[in-house]
Amino acid sequence: MEPFKVIKSKVTPLDISNVDTDQIIPKQFLKLIQRTGFGKYLFYDWRFDRDGNPKHKFVLNDPKYTGRQILLARDNFGSGSSREHAVWAIQDYGFKAIVAQSFADIFYINCFKVGLLPVSLSSEEIEYLFRNTDLDVEIDLFNQQVTIGTIITNFKIYEYRKKTLLQGLDEIDVTLQLESIIVEYEKKNKAIVPYTDKP
Amino acid sequence: MVLYLCYKLIETSTSMPKTIFEKIWDNHIVYFKKEGSNDGPSLLYIDRHLLHEVTSPQAFDALRLNGRRVRRPDLTFATMDHNVPTSNRSLPIVDQISRTQIQALAQNCKEFGITLFDFNNPNQGIVHVIGPEMGITLPGTTIVCGDSHTSTHGALGALAFGIGTSEVEHVLATQCLWMYKPKTFAITITGKCKNQHAITAKDIILSIIKRIGTAGGTGTIIEYKGEMITDLSVEQRMTICNMSIEAGARAGLIVPDQKAFDYIRGRTYTPKGEQFEKMVDYWRENLITDTNAKFERDITLNVNDLVPQVSWGTNPSMVIDVTDTIPYPDDFANGNENERKAALRALEYMALKPATPITDVQIDRVFIGSCTNSRLEDLLEASLVVKGRKVSCKVRAMVVPGSQKVKIEAEKLGLDKVFKDAGFEWRESGCSMCLGMNSDILAPGERCASTSNRNFEGRQGSGGRTHLVSPVMAAAAAIEGHFVDVRKWL
Repeated sequence: MEPFKVIKSKVTPLDISNVDTDQIIPKQFLKLIQRTGFGKYLFYDWRFDRDGNPKHKFVLNDPKYTGRQILLARDNFGSGSSREHAVWAIQDYGFKAIVAQSFADIFYINCFKVGLLPVSLSSEEIEYLFRNTDLDVEIDLFNQQVTIGTIITNFKIYEYRKKTLLQGLDEIDVTLQLESIIVEYEKKNKAIVPYTDKP
Repeated sequence: MVLYLCYKLIETSTSMPKTIFEKIWDNHIVYFKKEGSNDGPSLLYIDRHLLHEVTSPQAFDALRLNGRRVRRPDLTFATMDHNVPTSNRSLPIVDQISRTQIQALAQNCKEFGITLFDFNNPNQGIVHVIGPEMGITLPGTTIVCGDSHTSTHGALGALAFGIGTSEVEHVLATQCLWMYKPKTFAITITGKCKNQHAITAKDIILSIIKRIGTAGGTGTIIEYKGEMITDLSVEQRMTICNMSIEAGARAGLIVPDQKAFDYIRGRTYTPKGEQFEKMVDYWRENLITDTNAKFERDITLNVNDLVPQVSWGTNPSMVIDVTDTIPYPDDFANGNENERKAALRALEYMALKPATPITDVQIDRVFIGSCTNSRLEDLLEASLVVKGRKVSCKVRAMVVPGSQKVKIEAEKLGLDKVFKDAGFEWRESGCSMCLGMNSDILAPGERCASTSNRNFEGRQGSGGRTHLVSPVMAAAAAIEGHFVDVRKWL
């Protein structure tokens, strides 16, 4: 995973609450067995009509927002299905961070696994961003800071998740180094309840 | 940033009263980090890993790319459920992309030595139906699957939750998962439903989501408790735990009791004989929530006046009583502007007008199935409504049993005949029209009474309109061609 750097961009506003992962990447695209190339299907049913033509009202089809790296959303973003294809699609489209009032649990965790930064801000800050989509926004993960025009605000993030993104850590490598402790756990646990035995 | 590490299970809190979730969590900590004075992530051991064809291929590819093995293939089980056709199993799969995905799973399981219940296996079925059915799901275990409805397994007292594909890869490689500890949330359900055939577990969970919202459980593990939960059968408890994710919680849990132990006894992968009895003793003693255990959040729901529920909108909190009318956005939103806009959008998508009685809403399709409501009891209850009646000529209705075993059991009871005589299609097992990854989909504009779990835009087919209901409500709607209050029939 690429180490996460400071992002400077304007936002692409998606003014809808409870955006579920079925909207982010509809099911017909889950049959693909690779990890790449999902960006063109992002928000497919909202973005294209039944003949595959762009729907002009949808924000991603507005040329004004082309190339922006921050997706602005409302509350409970990414609810529903655990499909990681949703974060692959958002990242592949070109977004590097999502700023929202809140996120659904599985989606939030999936973001960190691919190096996409989910940032939660207060409802007032989100409102302000929706009203000022042409302000320059800077997201500094190391300092946990979002600068919106001249306003600076901080956001919370667990240390381990922050470190994973900043260093682009391969989490499996980290865990594999604990192999002897995992083996010890399996032996100890077996003595109490044989959950770790072949069923 | 200073991380200091503990190399052993945390033993400091043994005297503190704990919830069942906290006990299972503590029992599965392999390794623990601190972040300053706060708790950091724990490395949790995963006892059972379930796989299906849609969320696993990229995880296996990454393993191969990095030259990694599957650490515990013997604790890993796979099936094909999401995109399999529910028509004749002896025919080849027509959809080439689906076939590729199914072949990829078969190839991956072969290469890494994982037990697979494939397309033609008598144990094939929806992953959350076959896990409990085969005794893979045991009380006190940790279970993960690349599927959000893994919460279902909590009905047997397992800590079970959905994960993304990167986490699937992590569990395959290490049999562990890094997690920050979620918060605890108790939902106590009291009272007694007035009509136990017409008012079901589905109505209970829909009414909970209506009350707390689709983000009401975010960051928590829900424990369902109270006299009403004790009264429910194990399969009904599965319906409740299944939809915990629709309330935003990653997992739902119920303390296992005699009903749970009886349910799992003698199943294919359940320990046998004396070992099983020893485990039951252990579960009875340890898998309980201590009397004074504290929950970070706690609500109580009384079901004395509960009536059948129907969803009207495009998320599972947009639910009304069957006796109600479609709400006005202002009434639904209760002053929340985002919710008002969501309601307006939902009404437009669903082509519904406020103040319309829900029983006036005509339907085109009926789907009885999904990991929420496709077990034997669900089909049995629905058949009571259907027996001796005919599906409305305006409706196409289908029953998709959750697994091959459910299908065979139902056929032994003659349920297939009851449904077919009434005009229902009787299909092979799979996820089917819950998410429409196979050819079981709604046409644009079609309206469906569905026993599944999500009424999102396009969920059952692009432009399709989904109303979530119980199996008996779906069956009654199939007969009449519109929603009806099934209490009058049962």
